Amino acid sequence: MSHRAQAFAELLARPDIRRATDLAHVTKPSVGTGFTALDIELPGGGWPSAALTEILPAHEGIGELRLLGPALAGLSRKGRRLAWIAPPYLPYAPALAAAGIDLSTLLIVRAQSFADTLWATEQCLASAACGAVLLWPQRLQYAELRRLQLAAEGTSALAILFRPPHAASDASPAALRIALSTTSDGLAVKILKRRGAALDRPIVVQIGPPQANVPTTHRPPAGTVTPA
Amino acid sequence: MLWIALYFPHLADPPATSATAAIDLNNLAAWAGRFTPNVSLEKPCGLLLEVAGSLQLYGGLPALVRSVRADLRDMGYRVQLAGAPTARAAWWLALADHPRFVTELPSLTAALRPLPLRTLESGDKTFALLSRSGIRTLGEVWQLPRDGLARRCGQDLLDRLDRALGHLPEPRPYFQPPLQFHARQELAAEVCHTEPLLFVAQRLLLQLEGYLDARSAGIASFEFVLLHRNNRRTTIPIGLVAPNRDATHLLNLLRERLVRVALPETVHEVMLAADDIRPLSADNISLFDDEISTSKEWPKLVEQLRARLGTDSVRGLAIAAEHRPEYASIVSEIGTATTVAAGFGLRPFWLLPAPQALAERHGVPQLNGPLKLLIGPERIQSGWWDGPYEGRDYFVAQTSTQALLWVYRIPARAWYLHGWFA
Repeated sequence: MSHRAQAFAELLARPDIRRATDLAHVTKPSVGTGFTALDIELPGGGWPSAALTEILPAHEGIGELRLLGPALAGLSRKGRRLAWIAPPYLPYAPALAAAGIDLSTLLIVRAQSFADTLWATEQCLASAACGAVLLWPQRLQYAELRRLQLAAEGTSALAILFRPPHAASDASPAALRIALSTTSDGLAVKILKRRGAALDRPIVVQIGPPQANVPTTHRPPAGTVTPA
Repeated sequence: MLWIALYFPHLADPPATSATAAIDLNNLAAWAGRFTPNVSLEKPCGLLLEVAGSLQLYGGLPALVRSVRADLRDMGYRVQLAGAPTARAAWWLALADHPRFVTELPSLTAALRPLPLRTLESGDKTFALLSRSGIRTLGEVWQLPRDGLARRCGQDLLDRLDRALGHLPEPRPYFQPPLQFHARQELAAEVCHTEPLLFVAQRLLLQLEGYLDARSAGIASFEFVLLHRNNRRTTIPIGLVAPNRDATHLLNLLRERLVRVALPETVHEVMLAADDIRPLSADNISLFDDEISTSKEWPKLVEQLRARLGTDSVRGLAIAAEHRPEYASIVSEIGTATTVAAGFGLRPFWLLPAPQALAERHGVPQLNGPLKLLIGPERIQSGWWDGPYEGRDYFVAQTSTQALLWVYRIPARAWYLHGWFA
């Protein structure tokens, strides 16, 4: 290697230089998605914490919750709380338990007005208790998105918005935006926006039907401290 | 021994409202219990705190006095603070125009000497006698011959002077905090807005915090009562998820509720009642940002959401021991542990609030095209004791867009959509 090439390689190895083809360095720890193919394409190797994530499924019910399931289960096992704000249907306890989510960590919020929904989301993001805040908004203005992004930046929680597919064309301050569609092989995850280089091809993730529930033994609720 | 005296000038002024002043003083005594268990009333307008045992905890007298002052400032009280090795001397120093702290017994005489004669609280007759003799300060009283002073003014005066200097002991009864906390506060003027009510609420809640701190307790619920004319009242009950005593948090909860209360008429008095007192130990300080902070933040978040949105809008989820799908998942109190009674088959993440009828063509259910049945059937039936409930055959079905559904058929009848696997 010539002297010049070596100097150039050293220069590129500096931590404050980022090449356009690289993923961004993230300072806040990410939460692994549980899907290796997806993890390697996400900055930090998982769902970003302290930032807004948008999930845009092509149709409702194609697997958006199964995609999040491993991350949510991991958080709830650590005693972090999961806030579900304005979910469109009834979250079904047996399926959530079968996915490994500790039901005692769940918080379901249904506010009367949209303003209260956004307020509740900000409160959940501001609390250190929540590991993930999931929001199904009716409609969102850019200013509201920006406000949620700012609220998310102050936390260590995942902040996840579920939005309709046509929202993909709107501008958004979210750090990660992914569109979901189905193929015969599995769920196609298209990364619309991430911190770092763009990715054109979708990632296909195998997320078969959820597992049948097996009886589990009683565990004390998370957060209780048992004396040694 | 080291005494801190708290002199509240506003309680000394109006003898007309002595009943409320007495309640006020009692609540302040309950609050002061957080600094020391040895609180003594100096009726009608003062408190005496024996704090020698608390100095180590607070890191010295200046830090302790700062805490006392900060609390009193938040409560909105004007107060004169002084300290001395004897209770009597501390009280006299607090009454002075320039209250000061004297920690050493030998320097006490010099500190008391310039205090004016009225500090003695010796009764009108003695005061008149001494002031007619041209005596203006305590120092001049001490210079008088003791036997003559005892003959003219009584042994009682001499005893008080001796107690102040520590020559005679002064046994004082200590305040016994009540078992429940009831505070009331008359408003200076009738109000019809919530903002002044919150100011009063803050004062009462801080008193409550001190009271609970002294008892190592928290409250599980409390009532804030607004009194109107003609004995009418508006009661605002506030329930907590976990016992708490943090006045700032309790005030936040109350604020969310108060701004939503339409006041029917003006308020002239407010009451705070906390009956449900539970043990609550102080928090350990955690080295890391870990589960301890989570477990502490969690009830706060739930209470805050509930204060604004209502209890029913903020719920948890639990599994019921029930095989009929729509009854197996129930809303529950938040954070309750659930035991999974039995295994279930494949269940979807989303359940529709009510099953949706599906069209059928050539024996195949339709939803934007024919559905492909992947897994099933799973027969779910019920006994006659459950009322009318038809047996159902559940399938996992796939739409033409690859979404997974949970559908069922009532045998030989219709198809229904019951959930999305999402």
